[in-house]
Amino acid sequence: MGILTTLILLPLAGAVFILFIPAKNSAWIRRTALAATAAVLGTAGALVYCFDPTQPYLQFVEKVPWIASFNVWYFVGVDGLSLGLVFLTALLGLLACVASFTIERRQKEYFIFYLILMAGMLGTFLAQDLFLFYNFWEIVLVPMYFLIGIWGGPKREYAAIKLFLYTLAGSVLMLVGILALYFHAAPHTFDMVELAKTSRGFDLPLQMFLFLAFFLAFAIKVPIFPFHTWLPDAHVEAPTPISVLLAGVLLKMGGYGFLRISFPFFPEAARTFAYPLMVLGVINIIYGACVAMAQEDFKKMIAYSSVSHMGFVLVGLASLNLTGWNGAILEMFNHGIITGGMFLLVGVLYDRAHTRELSRFGGIAAPMPVYAFFLTVFSLASLGLPGLSGFVGEFLSLLGAFAAAPTMTMIAAGGLILTAGYFLYIIQRVLLGPLNPEAVPYPEINRREIFTLVPLLAITLVVGIFPELVLRFQETAVTVLMHIVRRG
Amino acid sequence: MIPLVFFVTISLFLFCVGIFGVLSRRNVVGALMSIELILNAANINLVAFNRYLGPSDGLGQIFALFVVAISAAESVVGLVMVITIYRNAKTIFLDKFNLMKG
Amino acid sequence: MVHLIAVFPFLAFVINILFGRRLRGASAWISIAASIGSFLLSVAAFQGLRSGQGSYNLGTWLTIHGVPLNFGVLVDPLSVMMLLVVTIVATLIKIYSVGYMRGDSRYSRYFAYISLFTASMLGLILSDNFVMLYIFWEGVGLCSYLLIAFWFERPAAARAGLKAFLTTRIGDTGFLIGIFLLFFATKNLHFDHLGAAIASAGPQEGLLIAAAILIFLGAIGKSAQFPLHVWLPDAMEGPTAVSALIHAATMVAAGVYLVARCYVLFMAYPVCLQVVAVIGAISALMAASIATVNNDIKRILAYSTISQLGLMMLGLGVGGYTAGTFHLMTHAFFKALLFLCAGSVIHALHTQDIRKMGGLLPHMKVTGWTLIIGMLAIAGVPPFSGFWSKDEILVQAWSGHPVLFGCAVLTSLLTAFYMSRLVFLVLFGKPRSEFHAHESPRTMSIPLMILAVLAVFSGFLGSPFLHHAFQKFIFFSPEHGGEGGEAHPLNYSIMLLSALISLAGIGLAYVLYIRQNKILPEGLRRMFTPLYKLLLNKYYIDEIYEAVIVKPCLAVCRWLSGFDCFVIDGLVNAAARFFQFLSLAVRPVQTGLIQNYVLIQVMGVVVLIVVLFFGIAGFSRVG
Repeated sequence: MGILTTLILLPLAGAVFILFIPAKNSAWIRRTALAATAAVLGTAGALVYCFDPTQPYLQFVEKVPWIASFNVWYFVGVDGLSLGLVFLTALLGLLACVASFTIERRQKEYFIFYLILMAGMLGTFLAQDLFLFYNFWEIVLVPMYFLIGIWGGPKREYAAIKLFLYTLAGSVLMLVGILALYFHAAPHTFDMVELAKTSRGFDLPLQMFLFLAFFLAFAIKVPIFPFHTWLPDAHVEAPTPISVLLAGVLLKMGGYGFLRISFPFFPEAARTFAYPLMVLGVINIIYGACVAMAQEDFKKMIAYSSVSHMGFVLVGLASLNLTGWNGAILEMFNHGIITGGMFLLVGVLYDRAHTRELSRFGGIAAPMPVYAFFLTVFSLASLGLPGLSGFVGEFLSLLGAFAAAPTMTMIAAGGLILTAGYFLYIIQRVLLGPLNPEAVPYPEINRREIFTLVPLLAITLVVGIFPELVLRFQETAVTVLMHIVRRG
Repeated sequence: MIPLVFFVTISLFLFCVGIFGVLSRRNVVGALMSIELILNAANINLVAFNRYLGPSDGLGQIFALFVVAISAAESVVGLVMVITIYRNAKTIFLDKFNLMKG
Repeated sequence: MVHLIAVFPFLAFVINILFGRRLRGASAWISIAASIGSFLLSVAAFQGLRSGQGSYNLGTWLTIHGVPLNFGVLVDPLSVMMLLVVTIVATLIKIYSVGYMRGDSRYSRYFAYISLFTASMLGLILSDNFVMLYIFWEGVGLCSYLLIAFWFERPAAARAGLKAFLTTRIGDTGFLIGIFLLFFATKNLHFDHLGAAIASAGPQEGLLIAAAILIFLGAIGKSAQFPLHVWLPDAMEGPTAVSALIHAATMVAAGVYLVARCYVLFMAYPVCLQVVAVIGAISALMAASIATVNNDIKRILAYSTISQLGLMMLGLGVGGYTAGTFHLMTHAFFKALLFLCAGSVIHALHTQDIRKMGGLLPHMKVTGWTLIIGMLAIAGVPPFSGFWSKDEILVQAWSGHPVLFGCAVLTSLLTAFYMSRLVFLVLFGKPRSEFHAHESPRTMSIPLMILAVLAVFSGFLGSPFLHHAFQKFIFFSPEHGGEGGEAHPLNYSIMLLSALISLAGIGLAYVLYIRQNKILPEGLRRMFTPLYKLLLNKYYIDEIYEAVIVKPCLAVCRWLSGFDCFVIDGLVNAAARFFQFLSLAVRPVQTGLIQNYVLIQVMGVVVLIVVLFFGIAGFSRVG
């Protein structure tokens, strides 16, 4: 059993183990979940350590026949495009697991679903067989549905069903696309490496049809305007740790899909659609920022800020050049780290105040200086302050986009001002000013909560100052991919 | 020898009675009994056709025995459900149960 | 070694932010020690530069298209001059803060921020490429935000911080796009490379011009030039020592430094220089005129900063590279002095309204006399430092820019007038309210004295007495069309004019405020009521921005939010409702009665049998 299979099976093993623990024994349930996620992070760390960044192709490949009659393989592998996201998933998985300790209702089921969710997310990033990919893609949805629908806020059922149906609608079209690919390949196959080679030869109309079929699935996940409305609902209703994973990992599945499937499979269509994609990205940036500015709910504001930030990813992807792509991948990683931290911080406040109305806070920097420190740093990272990680991704994305579409990029850069506006507005309304009489002095952020935030903070700082540390893992893979897309 | 059509007629008659019973009885027990009639109609057919078409192997007879056994099991389950329903709802009239109404 | 200049204050920041609460009073001295260390290293760098040690590289931040963006350390006369000025002023201000901030609940936090502020500014000066500079540039902006909103319990302070960050961010975004353009056009972002890039620009000239103007937009935001100046007066909500640092050495100087740093670019395209000069002239005049009627001691100084920075921009814009940078240096000293004096006065009186002051000189001798020195320096009275640097700018403007020259002269006149108005109202006359003024503690008065000395004598560096040492040190290399370190032939008539203007301004203020001893003479007020109102309301620029930009922007945001909720999400929900409606139509089929289901089942079987025996057509026969 290879390292990647271990990575997928570890959380599942944890889930099975929890099945045998009595529901009342919450200490052991937590410990098991923690051990499983910690093991995943350790394995992911080992993976990063063993990974050879100079090699552009898949590494740690495992390929076993699964349904031989349909040429379906259990085929997993990792390369520079997915390595960062795998590590991100593992890290956020552990931290969100620690943050999950505040869950009090039905812990056993919660952690089982949680671990299945993790396995699904990891599998999505590792699968190299379309059939397997689709399986993992859909598996993610199921625990997500229950995690929001059972442990969520007051409108949880609405949000969960909306998330489920919306994403499912997208993936159905993707299924059509997958089948079309399967039947168009000369020996029918789901092998993504093989398919990428054959589908490059398709004529433009077919490529465009397939591109659009996949596009919808990915667009909903990213989410791209106007398919984004599931996101604020899901975020507001989801419990804190689930929000972290939702923003930190699930949204990245869309961006990853573009990189792994849409662009290398259908390069000609990608070039055709690059400009519309760029426009959509710019709309995402500006529109998301504007709507975020008008929100009264802390969490909803962060949710819309995700829409805005994923716009930068999209703009970078649509630039179809190296700088833009490196920026987009880095921005995905950074957004996961930063927004994960932001949601954890919202959760900290919500656990104390049981409200997320911005107007109910104010001046809490005085009683909670450490909390204020964390919130300020993550907000600044989010608004793209140079020296923190958010800036590097945005800078590279925009720089890349500038070469492709200068006017659009200038409008997108205007989004930077809006972003600064609403994040500073958050700081002002939550932290600064006189202490709101409604906000009783909450207890300061505790050790466990600090533990969940410190790794994210450290990564934010380190990547901001030494972005090459992350970039070097992806650069070779991106370069090779770019050759394909430019020529193919 | 009695012609085969007699048996088939009897079995058809039984079957129709059974169907009519299932469709018209308000009482769950009556409906269950009617289902037994339907099964017995099938049994008669199995045995009769076995005798007339392939007397040597007795496959139809064995099959009929199976049906008897299964139907016994099935009516056990059915009656258990009837009892449970009765305990909860204090009635065993079929038209009182429309929990699955759309 | 030179990069340690920026590292020291940064370390002080890290120590203070992590262990500040345990360190308490010691945090200030850590910060000061770091500054002094930076100062000594800057002196060493100055010596090193004279013996030929130059720029070097520390490592690579990013590689874009094979173009490395380095953590480069740039050592040249301009950067060394800035290093010295910033470290001196920052050290003095930190010492001053020990007294000024005593007893504040976030004492160590204050020194942490101010150390980071210094570190960012020093890093900015040392950057050798645009991206590095931009990183520190934003760091400076962040620190100004943190420090302006330092007393965040006051809503006005929180608002002012936000305003400062956002306003400068507008400029910064322009700057960023400028960097993109530059990279797009030249594929290089190092300052050294600018000259070569321009030489080989050819058809991409337009791009470079646009890049220069966008980069200048960043400078407009940071240096609080019209039209992005609105944040600076509000920034007075921060502690006064911070205002001194922002106004003298760090934040606002960055804009002028940026223009000086890529002067090659501006020099190559006259239109860019003109933009710089015109913006500078507008800012100088506008701010000076507002300062003449304002009554808040700190705001007057804030507007005077805008005005003086405008003058520097004007100097740079008319081709006076050394003139602009020279004024940047002298201004740093006397403006720090003026602000610290103002802080000392506020510390003693707990009011900022000059109408409530008066007759302070006997009570606060050190503060009073240093304030007078500062006033004379900024007013440009010979032989104080401001005179020499202002004269340089006037001389530059005189050659070929009559309108700009007029603006500069008028600004000088107004400057002398409002500064002496301030001094007369604060120090002379009779006290206009009840107060018990007392001199400030040693930690505050000693920096005042040192700065006063600098405010008097720093001008001599660029004067004929020292053979224009400053100009010979910092010059714009002639290969790009600069003046090459040659001093101008002395223009005595302009010198005389400049001195006379200063004296005239002071005389006018003397007549109005000492002779008449009124806060505002009645006659004047009646004569100029509309103008007075216009000035008092700062040309209504804040109100215009509020009405034209802020409110519509927020309205659009709210409207979009509604649009998102009701239209986009409405469509999604409508789709769901549509299917719900469809299901409603077929719902009655499911009666929940088993016998109905069985009936349908039986009917189905009958139909199937008929079809099986007679085919589809069988229906008509059976029926």
